[in-house]
Amino acid sequence: MADTSINIRRIIVYGIVWVVAAAWLFPLVVVILNSLRTAEEIAQTSMIGWPRVWAWGNYTQAWDTYCIAQTCSGIRPYMLNSALVTIPATLISTLLGAVAGYAVSLWRFRGDSWIYGIVTIGIFLPQQMRLLPWTLVLRDLGLTNTLAGLVMIHTIQGMSFTTLFCRNYYVSIPADLMKAAKIDGAGFFRIFWRIVLPLSPPILIVTVIWQFTHIWNEFLYGVTFTTGTQQPVTAALIALATSVADVPQHGIQSAAVVVAALPTLLVYLFGGRYFVRGLTAGAVK
Amino acid sequence: MSALVIRDLHKRFGTTEVLKGINLDIDSGDFTVLVGPSGCGKSTLLNIIAGLETASSGDIEIGGRLVNAIPPKDRDIAMVFQTYALYPSMTVRQNITFGMECRNVPKAAQNQAVERVAKLLQIEPLLARKPAQLSGGQRQRVAMGRALVRDPKLFLFDEPLSNLDAKLRVEMRMEIKQLHARIGTSIVYVTHDQIEAMTMATRIAVMHQGEVQQFADPDTVYNRPANLFVARFMGAPPMNTVMARIDAGAVVVGDIRLPAPEAAAAWQGREVVLGIRPECIAEPTRLFGDGSAPIVITAPVEMTEPTGAETIVVMRLGGEKVLGRVAPDTRLANGATARFAVDTRKLCLFDPQTERLIA
Ligand SMILES: Nc1ncnc2c1ncn2[C@@H]1O[C@H](COP(=O)(O)OP(=O)(O)OP(=O)(O)O)[C@@H](O)[C@H]1O
Ligand SMILES: [Mg+2]
Repeated sequence: MADTSINIRRIIVYGIVWVVAAAWLFPLVVVILNSLRTAEEIAQTSMIGWPRVWAWGNYTQAWDTYCIAQTCSGIRPYMLNSALVTIPATLISTLLGAVAGYAVSLWRFRGDSWIYGIVTIGIFLPQQMRLLPWTLVLRDLGLTNTLAGLVMIHTIQGMSFTTLFCRNYYVSIPADLMKAAKIDGAGFFRIFWRIVLPLSPPILIVTVIWQFTHIWNEFLYGVTFTTGTQQPVTAALIALATSVADVPQHGIQSAAVVVAALPTLLVYLFGGRYFVRGLTAGAVK
Repeated sequence: MSALVIRDLHKRFGTTEVLKGINLDIDSGDFTVLVGPSGCGKSTLLNIIAGLETASSGDIEIGGRLVNAIPPKDRDIAMVFQTYALYPSMTVRQNITFGMECRNVPKAAQNQAVERVAKLLQIEPLLARKPAQLSGGQRQRVAMGRALVRDPKLFLFDEPLSNLDAKLRVEMRMEIKQLHARIGTSIVYVTHDQIEAMTMATRIAVMHQGEVQQFADPDTVYNRPANLFVARFMGAPPMNTVMARIDAGAVVVGDIRLPAPEAAAAWQGREVVLGIRPECIAEPTRLFGDGSAPIVITAPVEMTEPTGAETIVVMRLGGEKVLGRVAPDTRLANGATARFAVDTRKLCLFDPQTERLIA
């Protein structure tokens, strides 16, 4: 009796899990399949279907010949833009967040909790609210429509998260460790470099993955602050989707989407388990 | 000369006063143990001496130099922590040399210093390991090594043995004591274990609720406790304290009369608290010290606890529970009335109001 009721319950739970997983995976599967179908095939049949012939050519076209808003260079230059924004912004915001998190967690100074509060409030401000201030800042710094401008925005805004992550990780570093280092004569940066940073890989992996996926996938700042050839790939994809071709090029567009999503998918595939591990890890076991 | 002088030191965390006017003058070469129950402010005091915490008021002098405004690294101290605080990502060797690295000591001198300390503490085979690859006892040694390599004016130890198992603790206790005898540097050692205090210290400061209750050599602290707190804190089992009355040169507890110390004359007819160590109550055949026949009393036995080396007897004295320590082969029935020899040379009398020692 008890056994069967447990089994039924288990079947229901698994059923729900599978349905949810399928709902999540469905768009991804459709896009990947369409990226391998020709435009004619999609037009003649439907958006959902198994490729009759494998149209690998979609990928080469999407990569460097397809036209996006009068520029026929595929998504390659935009991918490069995204990389040039995402990589520096990820590294700089992670490093600064680590230093800031270290400062507010392991050093007591006047106003430390205020600074921490102000930095992390950025997490809760809606993105739209920040558009206008950033527009003014970019204009005054002469960084409108530049990749450097996007790097700056993502670095500064990312620090809310990176500081939070690192601070929460560093508070578990025992106070005695800091005391011992101070008696040994080490200062702020030496303690950071020699003692704190070597303990940090788990949380640095978390912040790097987090920052990378968020900055790469970010779209609003991309379309707002850059135009034409300066756009990151997320913004360019919109231009691509709205481009008026004679025949809708769903195959090529799907291929472009898959390529644009590839970096974050790879990060997830290779880094996902470190992400979970790092989030639950303490600094010193 | 004084290795450490603490003058009228106060520490407040917000509105709670944790240290309430500490005064200590520690001679050079002394092994001073700060002992007291958990939360009495020992670690806070040690951290203030080290400069890791700032005092609310008061002065600290190390080696004759006022250090109030001097950062920890320039105070000429070394510290060993209860948690050892070894740097997890560094090898044992790097842990020991980190302080020298920060002070730009040349590599050759660093290596020499490591060899010296590693030999002293017998940790040579461990030098290449990380702290996670060491046992508790080995970590403790490395933590000591990190302090010893410094050759400072003053060593500060904050309960360095409390994370070790009982056997290792006894071993390390001996070793630290020998080490002190060998190097002769002043040590301030914090513990809440009164046995550690008794065995290691040349001077003991007993702390309670942010105040030093008594600062004296172990013998004085044990035999002439300054007040009831010290009497009840030191010793295992601690000193018995029972209400008594002074009457015509005798201390009267219930129907028992013991010869009173001379200084008790001023308390004629008044109530006092009698303090008597358990080892001063023994089997009736025991001869204490000078070989003269001891005073023998009778008391009802409540319970006995054989420990192997001796037997602890719980008895009633003047209606209060009192412990005695008798020879291990003594057989006493629960509830029976038995005879006990009392060592009356070591009686202590306390003022019941102020709780201070009067005689
Ligand atoms: N940063 C702090 N803020 C507020 N109160 C504190 C702080 N540090 C210590 N205290 C309080 O001060 C008192 C003394 O603490 P301390 O650590 O010095 O005790 P201790 O004698 O070392 O005890 P233990 O034997 O448990 O280590 C305690 O009541 C503690 O709660
Ligand atoms: Mg303590």
